[in-house]
Amino acid sequence: MTVTTITDAELQPKDYASDQEVRWCPGCGDYAILKAVHKAMAEVGARRERTVVVSGIGCAARFPYYMSTYGFHTIHGRAPAIATGIKLANPDLDVWVMTGDGDGLSIGGNHMLHVLRRNVDLQIVLFNNEIYGLTKGQYSPTSRRGTKSPSTPQGSVDYPVSACAFALGAGARFVARAVDTQQAQLVGVLRRAHAHRGASFVEVFQNCVVFNDGAFDGFTAKDGAADTQLHVEHGKPLMFGARKDRGLRLKPGKLELEVITLSESSVIPDDVLVHDETNRALAQLLVALEPPAFPVALGVIYCNPAPSFEAEVYAQAAAARATPGVPDLAELLMNKEGTWVVR
Amino acid sequence: MTTSATSPARESRDSVVIRFAGDSGDGMQVTGGRFTVETALAGNDLTTFPDYPAEIRAPAGTTYGVSAFQIHFGAVDVMTPGDQVDVLVAMNPAALKVDLKDLRIGGTVVVDTGAFTERNLAKAGFTSHPLEDGSLAPYQVLKLDITKRTLDAVKDFGLHTREAHRCRNMWALGLMLWMYGRDRDVTVAWLKQKFAGKPEIAQANVAALNAGHAFGETAEMSEYGVGYTVRRAPVTPGVYRTVSGTEAIAWGLVAGMRAAGLEKMIFAGYPITPASLLLHTLANLKRYGVITFQAEDEIAAIGACVGAAYAGALGVTSTSGPGMALKTEMLGLAIATELPLVVVNSQRAGPSTGMPTKAEQSDLFQAVHGRNADAPLAVLAAATATDCFDVAMEAVRLATTYMTPVVLLSDAFLAHAAEPWRIPDLDRLPRFPVRFRTDPAGFHPFLRDLKTLSRPWARPGTPGLEHRIGGLEKDYDTGHISYDPENHARMTRTRAAKIAGIANGIPLQTVALGADHGAIAVVGWGSTYGAIHQAVRRARQGGIDASHVHLRYLNPFPRNLGELLRRFHRIVVPELNNGQLVQLLRAAYLVPAEGLNKVQGKPFKVSEISEAIEATLGRARDVV
Repeated sequence: MTVTTITDAELQPKDYASDQEVRWCPGCGDYAILKAVHKAMAEVGARRERTVVVSGIGCAARFPYYMSTYGFHTIHGRAPAIATGIKLANPDLDVWVMTGDGDGLSIGGNHMLHVLRRNVDLQIVLFNNEIYGLTKGQYSPTSRRGTKSPSTPQGSVDYPVSACAFALGAGARFVARAVDTQQAQLVGVLRRAHAHRGASFVEVFQNCVVFNDGAFDGFTAKDGAADTQLHVEHGKPLMFGARKDRGLRLKPGKLELEVITLSESSVIPDDVLVHDETNRALAQLLVALEPPAFPVALGVIYCNPAPSFEAEVYAQAAAARATPGVPDLAELLMNKEGTWVVR
Repeated sequence: MTTSATSPARESRDSVVIRFAGDSGDGMQVTGGRFTVETALAGNDLTTFPDYPAEIRAPAGTTYGVSAFQIHFGAVDVMTPGDQVDVLVAMNPAALKVDLKDLRIGGTVVVDTGAFTERNLAKAGFTSHPLEDGSLAPYQVLKLDITKRTLDAVKDFGLHTREAHRCRNMWALGLMLWMYGRDRDVTVAWLKQKFAGKPEIAQANVAALNAGHAFGETAEMSEYGVGYTVRRAPVTPGVYRTVSGTEAIAWGLVAGMRAAGLEKMIFAGYPITPASLLLHTLANLKRYGVITFQAEDEIAAIGACVGAAYAGALGVTSTSGPGMALKTEMLGLAIATELPLVVVNSQRAGPSTGMPTKAEQSDLFQAVHGRNADAPLAVLAAATATDCFDVAMEAVRLATTYMTPVVLLSDAFLAHAAEPWRIPDLDRLPRFPVRFRTDPAGFHPFLRDLKTLSRPWARPGTPGLEHRIGGLEKDYDTGHISYDPENHARMTRTRAAKIAGIANGIPLQTVALGADHGAIAVVGWGSTYGAIHQAVRRARQGGIDASHVHLRYLNPFPRNLGELLRRFHRIVVPELNNGQLVQLLRAAYLVPAEGLNKVQGKPFKVSEISEAIEATLGRARDVV
């Protein structure tokens, strides 16, 4: 066997693209996410032969075909389960799960819950476009109430799930948010997710130009974005607005956030909260913020590492081997009371 | 050694069936297990079968709380747990109520009169006292106050009444060990180890065991009955142990992994009766390269195995019928992506939840055909507890050689049944090392080996072999996604040809007993092996030209099977289902196979198959 050493450190974003023609609708937010993933991989020096991209079903799930890494396009909702098996078989692999709001929170909601609570070392990127795209426009579990779609002509009556609140509730130890069109922030969030050991959950607000165009315009439109987006940073005050003159604080006497506007002095009052990404309670308040009363929190909302699942499993396996090396099969079959010899 | 095996009063028996029956809390499984070990050590052939209630803690004294353990042992080749019971040990009225119907006329029933209280009789639903109303007249009845004798035996150890009461099973075991001239040293050592932290409990149990034994030994026993001897069975020299089907599958999988040269097995399962035992057994084999994963559901369990297979490990999952239904979609993915996988199905009575603790063979259609689209895979079945080892190894061989999912059919009976196993010569086990693809030159993921039609196994981590696979149809020549109609037809044919071609890589079908032609072939698969074999043996002893054909390979069939079956005038297919293999055989070979079907959650009795053989030939004569 010839060993080829490939120095992936020198790879450019385009080197992570496969030779397959990308077949998303023109203008789809998925293009931007693909580009950001290529860039993030180049920046972290991801090795293609050690990288595996796993997906379920849906528009987002086409992702592996557009990567030059290893990839597995699986079945609806099951990517977390398959990715768990990959990590159990080979913990050295760098595994990404690409999913959507239907794939990850509807048909695969159970697997998402468990992969997060187990803390399997994966990057899970959930493309949230609040609609089913591949099946042609039915409402999804993140669609807002009243969404009119082919299956809900009078508007949906059920309440949506919040992807990040779900992730936090499931016990995720890394929860972040980004917008497809904000490349710099998106790449930054993906890099942080990659650096985190354990399950990293990233929700990307992704625009579906065909079935749900403009779903996120309320807070992603360029004019007004400063007032509708809160980019959180660990250790920095939770401030937003075009002049960075608005902040979040706890409403006195209540476990609720409120927006305060600074006076001319530009001195940040002491009661404006400072982002602590290790604080789960704060994270739960932040992911619940919604326009128009509040900005949408973006960036790394929660990051509080703990040992990952597969690392703990392998630690147990190592401990089970009292002596180094793999024991002989004969030991397994013979080394029990109750054998007898017939001559 | 304290056994009185040489006692002149003993009578000789070729084989004996004993059933220990009592309340769930009476320790009948432990009692049976210890009797099994002592019997195996005494050199008898044996088969055991536990029959315990589905309820975790059924109310004491009720008929649905009865737990039983049956052992058939003998000087001859023992293949089934026995049609009829020779000795029934009934620890309470409910056990007598439930199990008496299986006792042969003239058989012995040992009852603990101390447990036959009015309250217990009422709970068991007796309207008159069975020990007094003459209903036991056809049997030899040993009425012993086991409760009182046990309490007397353990009174010096300061146990609470409840703890003392729980030693009754050891008293009964002691008596049965005496009755069949068994040693009890290993059980004494086992008790001391089991209760190492509670020496008074250990001593009390040993005292009860010895008291039961001594009772038989003393003159007190002679007025009730005599002891028996059962000669050693003539067996092949070697090192033996008892093994259950579950253990044999676990070890066979490990041996298969080694034979394939794989470092790791990822075994993922979700708790389901009666398959959970395999998960438990393998969870203790981490030292041997086994990683077990209790997944969140059946789908995730097989999903993790598909992922593990993609990553280059042996993926194995295990379930029972309803769980198998949930795994169906993932099996389709494994077929489309051509990844190796072993799925063990411990079949139980269905449909739906059915009777979870009872055996059935009704998932054969599901295994062979139960997926959307044309989705072939290999199907194997184990015949006996010891056969489970070989079949598990074979499942790993087929999965890795042909890059395919393999379904290994076991059942609730095999999962628990145990028998002596000659530990194989490990140096002579088959070897089938996997060759992972490492050469990037000319690689694509659906290149095919011309002989097996299997695709290369290319592990992530291998430089230059980065590739994408998935459930979408692939182009035959490039491995890329393809919607081309002709290509889909070609890929469908190729997937079918690959599985059909396994027939060239497996042994020809042989006859388990009898000639390869004749008046009647009794064709079976799975755990009905023992009953069919005995029935065919009896038929042959009675001058009937019968043969036993037992299938390990259910998809594809061995390539000579049709030709073999056509050499028989009649074909009878006993199955614990409503007729599945019989249909597959008729469809494949256009042979006039007839079904013998039983769906009671119980194994076949030898006599049921014997009668079917005679009836079939009788009909044949009528026609002539």
